Amino acid sequence: MINSKYFFKGFKSIKGIGSPAIALGASFVAIGALLKNLGFTIQESFFSTFLTYALPGSLVMAESMFLGASLINIFIAVWLVNARLYPMTVALMPLLMHENQPRWKYYLSCHFIAVSSWLIMKDNYENIEKKNRIDFWIGIGTATWSVAILSTIIGFIASDFLNKDILIGLAIVNPIYFICMMIGAMKTFQISLSVILGIILGPAFYFLSPEWCILFGGITAGTIAFLLGEKNGD
Amino acid sequence: MATNILVVIIVTSFATYLSRFLGVVSAEKIKETSKMFRWFNCLAYSTLAALIARIVIFPSGALSEVDYLIRFIVVISSIVVYYLTKKNLVYPTLFSAIILSLFSSYL
Repeated sequence: MINSKYFFKGFKSIKGIGSPAIALGASFVAIGALLKNLGFTIQESFFSTFLTYALPGSLVMAESMFLGASLINIFIAVWLVNARLYPMTVALMPLLMHENQPRWKYYLSCHFIAVSSWLIMKDNYENIEKKNRIDFWIGIGTATWSVAILSTIIGFIASDFLNKDILIGLAIVNPIYFICMMIGAMKTFQISLSVILGIILGPAFYFLSPEWCILFGGITAGTIAFLLGEKNGD
Repeated sequence: MATNILVVIIVTSFATYLSRFLGVVSAEKIKETSKMFRWFNCLAYSTLAALIARIVIFPSGALSEVDYLIRFIVVISSIVVYYLTKKNLVYPTLFSAIILSLFSSYL
């Protein structure tokens, strides 16, 4: 059903110099502590990461609950901040699809799409034959997802020992990891321009609308980069 | 409150899975060699970049208590560490956590 050779090859991506484990771990430890302070039980914290597995979404959920937002407002806020998963999925799945593979694998494993697993897959897919990519991907996804769940539980248990300065230190780890991985991914003109314009336009649109700035800024930046890239033939 | 939290978790995970699910539905009709695929690839990278820039420049939560200039210094010096260590991802991430914790305890 799942080719274990490629599954474990993907699973091992959490080891080594490109490891996302520290960055993922640090941010989900912080989430675990945050959820405990919000009044979640350990089981609820576990299920939160198990079912959502997208950091900005969990942060928005926590923030909205803290402010006493209604369910519909929580839904909209989470959907907006996680809507980036839509273009990410569209930009990943065609690389993994193969006629000999069952479709349930795609619909189930899309749950693993998050920034770190996605960037790792984008960095490695060319080394794997197309037929085996989905099993490799499920391996990456299972590994990163497990790290996130485990770290949430550690953060929950350790929350009393995490003071403000440590939490601030934990909060910077994930953005730094993403920034470095993005720099590593800037190999073509189109992608480099997408990243640079996204960095400029995302915050610029914040002044128009804090909720919509990621989507508006991202779509504008990506479309300009795409058009300029197509014109330059890259 | 307990049932409320459970409902919130389910609503959050549904709002998140929705984008992933619709992404797979659309992906079934898009070839990896098409222009459409390249456009979505650009959109994916640009929205990610926008998200990360937003987290660093307009943070919420713990990071918002750190001065703008310190955040800027930490980001730039971590990128330098990334290049100095030949694109190792572990060193810059550890480095950033340690120096930011030190900055926020002693400044």
